Amino acid sequence: MSPWDQELALLLARIQFAFTISFHFLFPAFSIGLASYLAVLEGLWLATGKAVYANLFRYWVKIFAIVFGMGVVSGVVMSYQFGTNWSVFSDKAGPIVGPLMAYEVLTAFFLEAGFLGVMLFGLNKVGKTLHFAATCAVALGTLISAFWILSANSWMQTPSGYEIATNGQFVPGPSWIAIIFNPSFPYRLVHTTIAAFLTTAFAVGGVGAWHLLRDRDNPGARTMFSMAMWMAAIVAPIQVIAGDLHGLNTLEHQPAKVMAMEGHYQSHPKGAPLILFGVPNSAEKRVDLAVEIPKGSSLILKHDANAPLAGLDTVPDADEPPVGIVFWAFRIMVGLGVLMAGLGLWSLIARWRRRLYDWPMLHRAAVLMGPAGFIAVIAGWVVTEVGRQPFTVYGLLRTAHSVSPLAAPAVAASLTAFVVTYFAVFGVGIWYLLRLMNRAPDAHEAGLDGKPIRTAGITPAMAVMEGEAS
Amino acid sequence: MIDLTVIWAGIIGFAIVAYVVMDGFDLGIGILFPRFAVGAERDVAINSVAPVWDGNETWLVLGGGGLMAAFPLAYAIVLPALYAPLIAMLLGLILRGVAFEFRWRDPAHRPVWDLAFTVGSTVATFAQGVTLGALLQGITVEGRAYAGGWWEWLSPFSVLTGIGLIVGYALLGAGWLIWKTEGPLQDKAYHYAQRLGIALLVVIALVSLATLDLEAQYHRRWLAYPGVLATAQVPLATLIVSVLFFRSLKRRQHAMPFVYVLGLFGLCIVGLGVSIWPDVIPARLTIWDGAAPYRSQLFMLVGAVVMVPIILAYTGWAYWVFRGKVDTEGYHS
Repeated sequence: MSPWDQELALLLARIQFAFTISFHFLFPAFSIGLASYLAVLEGLWLATGKAVYANLFRYWVKIFAIVFGMGVVSGVVMSYQFGTNWSVFSDKAGPIVGPLMAYEVLTAFFLEAGFLGVMLFGLNKVGKTLHFAATCAVALGTLISAFWILSANSWMQTPSGYEIATNGQFVPGPSWIAIIFNPSFPYRLVHTTIAAFLTTAFAVGGVGAWHLLRDRDNPGARTMFSMAMWMAAIVAPIQVIAGDLHGLNTLEHQPAKVMAMEGHYQSHPKGAPLILFGVPNSAEKRVDLAVEIPKGSSLILKHDANAPLAGLDTVPDADEPPVGIVFWAFRIMVGLGVLMAGLGLWSLIARWRRRLYDWPMLHRAAVLMGPAGFIAVIAGWVVTEVGRQPFTVYGLLRTAHSVSPLAAPAVAASLTAFVVTYFAVFGVGIWYLLRLMNRAPDAHEAGLDGKPIRTAGITPAMAVMEGEAS
Repeated sequence: MIDLTVIWAGIIGFAIVAYVVMDGFDLGIGILFPRFAVGAERDVAINSVAPVWDGNETWLVLGGGGLMAAFPLAYAIVLPALYAPLIAMLLGLILRGVAFEFRWRDPAHRPVWDLAFTVGSTVATFAQGVTLGALLQGITVEGRAYAGGWWEWLSPFSVLTGIGLIVGYALLGAGWLIWKTEGPLQDKAYHYAQRLGIALLVVIALVSLATLDLEAQYHRRWLAYPGVLATAQVPLATLIVSVLFFRSLKRRQHAMPFVYVLGLFGLCIVGLGVSIWPDVIPARLTIWDGAAPYRSQLFMLVGAVVMVPIILAYTGWAYWVFRGKVDTEGYHS
């Protein structure tokens, strides 16, 4: 292969990975939170016997089934893509990253998949208690899955506990704890899991608000909106703190990433400014049109306005991440985080003024913020993944040295096939989701099997009709 | 001392076998799907696997993920070598997987998703068969990497194994439907099982004979005296199981045809074992050459020893919950 061909094949492989993982990430970001939300709804139903919770469970479980299905099929692609497109990485890091992912399969994927069938279709076969256990098992599975995959990702960001073998492989040292709980893992796990919960909260809140705008008396819409806004009010501020701590951890272990996030091309020996907006100009190594708060960055990152902060001038050019993408993605993520916390605060005011269900401006804002979590999650992912370039294993293995020996046309063909299939299949899937969300929650919501869950609230007449229908 | 490499080869072999038999019947139903009448027949057929297909597919992830973890070098060589068929398999599995939900969500476009179900299942199966054939015929390896082109996998032999697996999975699907359904759909399944059974025997014979010529290793393993006295039992057993299979169809037994098809698959896998053990890439790389370090193997083994029995237990429970004949009143309708 000519160098040009190799360069192109590398670029295509990177685009393919970024494309397939971004698409994939949308689904678990939703299903992690949604599975827990469903467990809470079913638990509340069992505890209180209120029909509204059973109805909401049935409303959201149909959406969950589609989201989860798309997550599974796009996830299988990821588990093979390490080998198909990043074979050198797989050979070298396989002894460490492989077992972490194998644990994900053993402890999470089987749990989710094994109990999903019962959760979706089994209520009338196993009874309420076992069904609730199945729902909890699926929810637990999504969280365990996040644990392992984020551990593997974090190890690539902040490798620890490894040795390098004579054949060039990264091999485990004496302690797996040092590998699993590598320096960035606790922060990334907390930050990402909260992000998934917030994503779900804002999606649920947006749907609730959409239906409140049409009918403010719909009990299902009221309940889901209220629950979502509690999440927003409580969890969004926590996320701001968790994000800040994660950032400080990144500053310690991956300073170049923070330099790119902050747009600090130059070092600032006496307090670095916080650049709110600007246009990174990597050719001239400066941020054009910068709007900045003097010494703000040092204050946030070092808790001292005059603390010195190193810039990208201290990093060799060959080791620098692309600044523009990281800089912008970071601002999108933070901006949305602030807006989320703001909406949470607004909902508290609305509650206090007893206008939570009849404040159309609030509901419109919540509808607008419905997709905010998804955008923030992808933006955050871009910050952390592009920010650790040009390495796959940070500081140790370069992206350019990780790629499979594939010819560019092979990767171009597969990338085209992925793009076409993903947009067609998942595009339609998302359309189905929106259609389901557009339908107001019904007082007698049908389950996946077409029958309402037998609740105390169903009258004998309903039961008769049900009998006739089936 | 116990050789963890052998244990891991066993675990991954188990995962692949579990995948082949379990997702095999799911995919087989997808392959046979156009033969079933629109409406009740198709709904019953798909309902018979809807609660379990996802768990079944997870064995494929364990096979792939486990290979990366336990035999990273093999994973790094094989996956680029089989690039095109693997990508096709993944795309096929996407179409198949989403069709389960989408066909219920959109009755107006159900024919489109039914087609996606069939195309996805067929493409994924063919690709898996091609993968097997390409591995058997040998891939070009230099140092620690694949060194062939991106069409090396394509040959008459790999196309034959691809078609062979389509026949095999379709037969598994027919066996499953005989077991799980009744009435006209079951009648159809009996009908196709008969034909597919004959076709599968032809394919097994062709693939077996062709395999002997691929590598000297295979020829020697199968035909050299006195080993041939042992290896000859495999085709003999295949013949006996086939007779039992056709007899169970004739007697209209419900569960046994599926069991005998599993038996045929089991014998094919034994046959593969004779040809390739103890290689992880046939005739190129032994399991010991490709193995992960001891610490990786041991750490995972702890997880596997604890988790695999638990997984089998709750998977068994999930099958038990949905036991018995499936009808139109199934899960979505």
